[in-house]
Amino acid sequence: MRSLISGLRRRKPDVTAEAVAIRRDPAPTKWNYRYQRLMLTPAFRASVRIGLPAFLLVFIAGAWFSNEANRAALNDKVSELREAVQNRPEFMVTDLAVTGADVALAAAIQSRLDVEFPISSFDLELPELRNTITELTAVQDAIVRVKPGGTLEIVVTERQPVAVWRHTDGLRLIDAEGVMTGMIPSRADRPDLPLIAGDGAKDGIAEALMLFAAASPVRERIRGLVRMGERRWDLVLDNGQRIMLPTEAPITALERVIALDQAQEMLSRDVAIVDMRNGDRPTLRLNPMAAAILRPTGAGGER
Amino acid sequence: MRDLYDSQRAMRHMRRAAMQRGVVAILDVGSSKIACLVLRFDGPERFRESDSVGSMAGQSSFRVIGAATTRSRGVRFGEVDAMQETERAIRTAVQAAQKMANVRVDHVIACLSGARPRSYGLDGAVNVEGTVVTDSDIGRVLAACEVPDFGVDREVLHAQPVNFALDHRSGLSDPRGQIGNELTTDLHLLTVDATILQNLLFCIKRCDLELAGLASSAYVSGISSLVEDEQELGSACIDMGGGSTGISVFIRKHMIYADSVRMGGDHVTSDISMGLQVPMATAERIKTFYGGVVATGMDDREMIEIGGDTGDWHHDRRTVSRAELIGIMRPRVEEILEEVRMRLDAAGFEYLPSQQIVLTGGASQIPGLDAMASKILGQQVRLGRPLRVQGLPQAATGPAFSGAVGLCLFAAHPQDEWWDFDVPTERHPARSFKRAVKWFKDNW
Repeated sequence: MRSLISGLRRRKPDVTAEAVAIRRDPAPTKWNYRYQRLMLTPAFRASVRIGLPAFLLVFIAGAWFSNEANRAALNDKVSELREAVQNRPEFMVTDLAVTGADVALAAAIQSRLDVEFPISSFDLELPELRNTITELTAVQDAIVRVKPGGTLEIVVTERQPVAVWRHTDGLRLIDAEGVMTGMIPSRADRPDLPLIAGDGAKDGIAEALMLFAAASPVRERIRGLVRMGERRWDLVLDNGQRIMLPTEAPITALERVIALDQAQEMLSRDVAIVDMRNGDRPTLRLNPMAAAILRPTGAGGER
Repeated sequence: MRDLYDSQRAMRHMRRAAMQRGVVAILDVGSSKIACLVLRFDGPERFRESDSVGSMAGQSSFRVIGAATTRSRGVRFGEVDAMQETERAIRTAVQAAQKMANVRVDHVIACLSGARPRSYGLDGAVNVEGTVVTDSDIGRVLAACEVPDFGVDREVLHAQPVNFALDHRSGLSDPRGQIGNELTTDLHLLTVDATILQNLLFCIKRCDLELAGLASSAYVSGISSLVEDEQELGSACIDMGGGSTGISVFIRKHMIYADSVRMGGDHVTSDISMGLQVPMATAERIKTFYGGVVATGMDDREMIEIGGDTGDWHHDRRTVSRAELIGIMRPRVEEILEEVRMRLDAAGFEYLPSQQIVLTGGASQIPGLDAMASKILGQQVRLGRPLRVQGLPQAATGPAFSGAVGLCLFAAHPQDEWWDFDVPTERHPARSFKRAVKWFKDNW
């Protein structure tokens, strides 16, 4: 009988379910209601969703960083990582290639560079290297670059000496800008270059080169140019002949002397000095012998 | 009267604040269900080119973004019976609606159906200051209305000017700017029981909600279920709720009378419960599934299992014919409608040019009710459903929600009431000071 009744009861679930559903109280508690309302407040919701995580993040990070050991560990880690990346074989520079320089200059450059290979390309300060190289007087310009394959390439433009400058301490080579490029022990080492001498000869190198060009007809006889009083030039020929050129327009004066020489072979005569300092009054000074020959003729006639 | 004016004005300010915030809740506290709608106001209404509609009475300016209904507990006859229970029910509805809208609401506009409403027709007359009628004249004429002594325990719910007359011309809807000498007005005053109102307000306050408006449920269901020409020509809206039946009479788009009968669908249910010896829940279910008021021969043969849970086989297997059920329901429905007829007769409804009667509310869904109502109330009876508003869920479009929908319309566009006009402050201090100066001038 009992089972029959319970079976009958089960056959009408709708009524009982409804009754149960009605008995349930769906009302939220006061605090639940308030909490829901609070969570629906836009400002509060934003602060919970963004403000609170941000604050937590900053707080935890701050707490972690406030510890000295943690900061040191982080720094170590970062530098270790950086080292690991920089020391990868792709970034290593293993050898040096100097082009455009002779053997002595290349050796000088290598000794000055002070770089120990292999080295990471991150550790190479290319502008500084370039400065170091261009400080050498023999170097006019240099290009420093790291080529793929780990080669440090230095392309050097050397200074070309155009003249030999006899100075107090010896013979120096200078280029067209008047910069010394090197020294030579004797004049015979560079017989192809003209010789200049005297104080301030270096500063007038451009004028000196033009004078040498103008004097090319007597090239075989030229010994050198001497700067006199740091303002004008004397062209010294072999057997002590000297052409004294003026301060202004020395080339014109030299060309006049050359023309006289070509017309009357003036310089092959026994002349000691051709004084062109005053253009209006060129003067010749004879050697004592020639002067002696000339003098009795004039004097003897009078005598 | 002064503090009523101030409190109602404060409520209007609250409504304006809610509008600016853009979200307001609608709370229909009824005897059978508590409905909460959350409205979002998006500022002035916008229309597409293809919309051939006008402003749609302002109902396009808002959208229902949350709706929730809960079984009412602790409310009887539309009045708060158990405060704690009512508060919990309100909380349930508000929380569910908030959850659906995903927005917090702080302002609520509520309506109540019971509390023994009483209508008064007042009139006042005043001389127009200057030549044309201004806002201050209207405020003065409203303040000049003779207020009857309705008792200390009653509170004014609505005070709507329904008619203005300027000299010999009557029937003006808006006399402002017109030239005349004497301005008279007719004011419809609706009072309710103050303690019952206080109880409801207390419940709402306990839910951390601010009240932004208060309306009679009969009035708002009239707004939502009467069409425009019915409101214009004269009609009555019968809102048949669970515990009370609200009556509101409209003419020329103003409510001129409101009342409520303290009977409703719950009484029909309790009759069934008593008649068939079943619990209330079962009786409610039987009423909604098989109920009716007009019996036919077919109904004698249709047997309804009424069930039971006692364990007694004979008791649990009882059946009843549908005709019997109709026989239980019909007298009670008739009684309600007779009572409504009496109230309408007392209000002089038969003198209106059109006597359309619209039945709405949850209890109006009984099949065959319109046929029976036309025998009792008059020939022009129809069943009314609330207006369609944007975003309202399908479940909340039935006649049971005409009060809630009307409250939405009320929230969007409340009718001008007495407290919307600036009543001139008492000028007695200034006047007495002037009199004193005059006295000094005269005597020295």
